[in-house]
Amino acid sequence: MQTPLLKRLWQFVREPLDGWLMLFLGLVFVLSMLVLYSASNQSFDKIDNKLVYTVLGLVVMWGAARMRPQSIMNFAPPLYALGVLLLLAVHFKGVTVNGSTRWLELGITRIQPSEIMKIALPMMVAWFFQRFELSLRWWHYLAAMVLIVIPGGLVLKQPDLGTATLIMAAGFFVLYFAGLSWKVLIGGAVAFAASLPVVWNLMHDYQKKRVLTLIDPMEDPLGAGYHIIQSMIAIGSGGPFGKGWLNGTQTHLDYIPERTTDFIFAVYSEEFGLIGNIILVVLYLLIVSRGLMITARAQTLYGRLMGGTITMSFFVYAFVNMGMVAGILPVVGVPLPLVSYGGTATLTLMLGLGMLMSIGNTRR
Amino acid sequence: MRVYSMNTRSPKASPALRMTPGRVRLVLLALALLFLALIGRALYLQVAQQDFLQNQGEARFRRALVLEANRGVITDRNGEPLAISSPVQTIWASPASMEPVPPAKLRELARLLELGPAELDAKLSDRKREFVYLKRQISPELADKVMALGIPGIAKQQEFRRFYPAGESMAQLIGFTGVDGRGQEGLELAREKMLAGKNGRRVVLKDRRGHIIEDVAAIEYPKDGQTLNLAIDQRIQYLAYRELAAAVEVNKAKAGSIVVLDGKSGELLALANVPSFNPNSRKELDPERRRNRAVIDMFEPGSTMKPFPIAMALNAGKVNPNMVFDTNPYSIGPARVRDSHPKPAMTLTEVIQKSSNVGASKVALLFSPEQMWTFYDEVGFGRSVHAGFPGEIAGRLRHWQSWRPIEQATMSFGYGVSVSLLQLARAYTIFTNNGSLLPVSLTRLSSPLPAKPIISPDAARQMREMLMTVTQAGGTGTRAQVLGYNVGGKSGTARKLVNGGYQADKHRGLFIGFAPATNPRLIVAVMIDEPGAGSYYGGSVAGPAFSNTMAGALRIMGVEPDAPSNNSLLPVNQVPEIREDT
Repeated sequence: MQTPLLKRLWQFVREPLDGWLMLFLGLVFVLSMLVLYSASNQSFDKIDNKLVYTVLGLVVMWGAARMRPQSIMNFAPPLYALGVLLLLAVHFKGVTVNGSTRWLELGITRIQPSEIMKIALPMMVAWFFQRFELSLRWWHYLAAMVLIVIPGGLVLKQPDLGTATLIMAAGFFVLYFAGLSWKVLIGGAVAFAASLPVVWNLMHDYQKKRVLTLIDPMEDPLGAGYHIIQSMIAIGSGGPFGKGWLNGTQTHLDYIPERTTDFIFAVYSEEFGLIGNIILVVLYLLIVSRGLMITARAQTLYGRLMGGTITMSFFVYAFVNMGMVAGILPVVGVPLPLVSYGGTATLTLMLGLGMLMSIGNTRR
Repeated sequence: MRVYSMNTRSPKASPALRMTPGRVRLVLLALALLFLALIGRALYLQVAQQDFLQNQGEARFRRALVLEANRGVITDRNGEPLAISSPVQTIWASPASMEPVPPAKLRELARLLELGPAELDAKLSDRKREFVYLKRQISPELADKVMALGIPGIAKQQEFRRFYPAGESMAQLIGFTGVDGRGQEGLELAREKMLAGKNGRRVVLKDRRGHIIEDVAAIEYPKDGQTLNLAIDQRIQYLAYRELAAAVEVNKAKAGSIVVLDGKSGELLALANVPSFNPNSRKELDPERRRNRAVIDMFEPGSTMKPFPIAMALNAGKVNPNMVFDTNPYSIGPARVRDSHPKPAMTLTEVIQKSSNVGASKVALLFSPEQMWTFYDEVGFGRSVHAGFPGEIAGRLRHWQSWRPIEQATMSFGYGVSVSLLQLARAYTIFTNNGSLLPVSLTRLSSPLPAKPIISPDAARQMREMLMTVTQAGGTGTRAQVLGYNVGGKSGTARKLVNGGYQADKHRGLFIGFAPATNPRLIVAVMIDEPGAGSYYGGSVAGPAFSNTMAGALRIMGVEPDAPSNNSLLPVNQVPEIREDT
C-alpha cells in the first residue's frame, strides 16, 4: 500500500517541526513574498532567489530541528573559535568598503564573519554555562563577559556598531537568562548610561550623524536624513488601510532606498497600512511567544539559555528594523527577519529557528 | 523569587529555577511594551500624520507641468497683425552643475550669444548658483547652435516674444507684454484674459531621478488666446500718427493726440499719441511716452465745446440758425464775458463760425444750470467712455448745484469742464449720427451698437450745416478743409490751467470735425499740446493735421465726395484768418 509509505514520509518530515512556529512562519512568508514582489517592481528575479534560499533554509532548519540540542551544542566552541579567527582575519586582511572593513575575500565569494558570530556567540556562552552549570561562581560570569566582548570588540572596530550591538546583546541575553545578579545587571546598565558620553566621543562621525539624524531628519533632507524621511513618508502615506498591494507610490517611483532589504518594512507599510502593520507585529509577537514558551519548557540549562537568546534576538532584529524604518531608532543595517531579501540572513535565522525547534523537541 | 547572586556561595541553587518566572515575565513585559511602542509609532505616522506625510510624498513625486497657451493675435479691422507672438528660446545655465569646459567651447558660446568673454565668465562664476540667464529671447536657430555645442549645464527654454509690427504708431493703444508674457499696458493689459487664453496642465508622476512615469490626471489642453479683431484701420492709424507727429514737430509742441472715429458706428478707426515709443525694443519706457493721452489725459476743451449748448438750444426750439444775438461784452457779477474780435451782433451760425464766447454763453444761459448739466451728462461728459482702455478717465463735470452763474457761462465755451479727447470726439457723434450718441467700440462691429438719442435729427442736421461754415471763408477752421468734401468742425484754443491759474503762453490747440459734412462718415479729433512755434490757435495748429488725416482716411474708406465740384481749397494765405481766443 502506498498510503502508509506516504504517511510515514510525512511523519518523517513533519516530526521534528513545531506546528505553531511553522504556521506563523508560513504566514510571514506569504506576506514577505507579496511585499518583495511589489518592492522589486513585479520582477520574479528576487522572488526566485528568495524561494531558493527559503528552501535551503527549510532544509537547514529541518536538519537542526532533527538534531538533539546537545549535539548542536558541541559545535559551539569550534564555531566560536572559527568566528573569532575570521574576525581577526578581517581585521588584518579584510576588504574595505565605504570606510568599514567587514568582509573577507575568499576567492569565489565574499563573506561577512560577523554574521557567523550572531549565532556562534550566544551558542558559545550558553555552552559555557551548561559546561559549568553545577559549579557557577562569579568569575564564570566574568569569563562569559570576556567571551562576549572579544568578538563584540572586533566587530566594533570594523567599524559596525549595529552588528556589534546585536551580537553583544545576544550574549547578554544569555547572561540574563543564566541568572546574572540584578545588582550586576542594574549596575551594568548604570555604567553603560554613564559611559554614553565616552561612547559618543569614540563614535565615528557617520555614526554620530545617524543618531543626530534620528533626532531631526530634516537637518539634512538630501543626505543623512534622506532614507528616514522617505521611509516615514511611505509609512505615513499608507494611512490606516494602506494604498493597496502594488500601489505604493513612494515604492514604485523609486523614492524608498534599499526597498527590498533593510527598508522593506516601509514598502509593506505603505501598501498595507496600519492594519497590515498590526498583523505583521502580531505575527512576530506570536513567533516570539512560541519561542518563549519553548524556552520555558526546555529541559536543560543550555536549552533554556539558547532558546531564550534565539527568541530574544529574533525579537530584537524585528524591533530594531521596524524601529529604524519608522524613525524611532538610528539607521543600522538590520534586515527585517524573514521578510527582507537576503540569503545569509535568511539562512542564519532559519538555522536559529531550527535550533529552537530542536530544543522544543527534547522535552519529555 | 530566588535570584542567583554572586555573593551567594551556595552551589546548590537549582539550575532549573535559575531562570525564574520573574525574569521571563519581565522579558514578556518588555516585549509587550516595545511592540506597543511600534504600534504607537505606526498609529502616529499612519493616522495622526497621514495627511502631512502624504502631502510630503506628493510634493516629491507629483509635478504639474504647464502647457503654455499661445497668446492671441491682435489685428486691425482688415486682419493685419498688430501684435503677434513668436516662439523664441532662452538660454540659461546652471553653474553648479557645470564641469570644466574647454576654453574654445566657451569662446564659441560667447560668440554665438554675442556676449563678451568676460561677461560670460561673470555670469558663470558663481559655482553655487543653479540658474542664471545667459541670453533671453533668441531665435530658435541660434538656440539650436548653442545647444549643439553640447556643454553640460547649459539648457534652453521656450518662451514667446511679442512683436508689434505697427511699432510706435500704435504703441500706447496696443500696449505691450512683460518678459513673462503678460499684458502690462494698453489693450494687452485690458484684454489680458481674452488674449492670454488658458494654460493647460499635465500632472505627472516623477520618479526619484526626475523621469516622468505616467500622467496621473487627465491632460488639460491649453486653450489658446482669442484673436482680438480691432476696429482700427492700420492704414488710417499710420496716416493719423504721421500727420500728428508732423504737426507736433512743425508747431514745436510738447505732445499731441489724434482720434479717428467712424461717425456712423462709433468704431475707433485710429488713435495715436505723440511722443511715442517703440514697443519692440522698449528702451524708452519714459512714462511721458507711454501715456495714452487721448484716453487718460483730461483737459479743458475750450471752444470745441460750443456746439453742445447750441445744439441743446436748437433741439429745445429756443433758437434757430439765423437768430441774432447781441455779442457785445457783458458782465456776470465781477466777471466779464468777451470775444477777442468783438462784433456787436452775430447770427447763431456766426457765433459758431467765428467762435463767439458771448454768443455761446448767452445761448447757454437760456437754460437752468440743471438743464445744462443734464445735457452735458447725457452727451457723456464727466462719465467714462467705457471703451475698454486701462485708466480711461471720466473727465470732470461738477454737479449743477455748485455752479455759480459765471461758471455756467464759461462751461458753454469749454472752461470749468474737463474732458478727454476720446470723450470729446465721441460726443460729436450726436452731430454725425442724426442726434444719437454712439458708444465707442474698439473692436470691429458687424452692425452698429444701439445709440442713445440726444437731439432730434433735424437739430443735428442744422448743427452740421452751421459747423460747415467754420471751414468756409470767414470761419476759424479754414485750414481744415478737404478737397472734394464738405467738412464740418470746430476749432478750439484753450489756455492751459497750471497751478490754478490760466497761462497766457501755454495753450492747447484743438480741431474736431467730420466729413462728408452732408452725410458724415468720419470724425477726426486733433489735440496739440503747448504749441511753441508762434501760432497756437486750434484752427492753425490742429487744422492741417485734421485736414490731411481726414482726406487720407476718406480715401482709404472709399467715401464718395459730397462736393466733387469744389476742386480747390481756399488759399490759406489770402483768407483773413479768423481766430478765436478760447
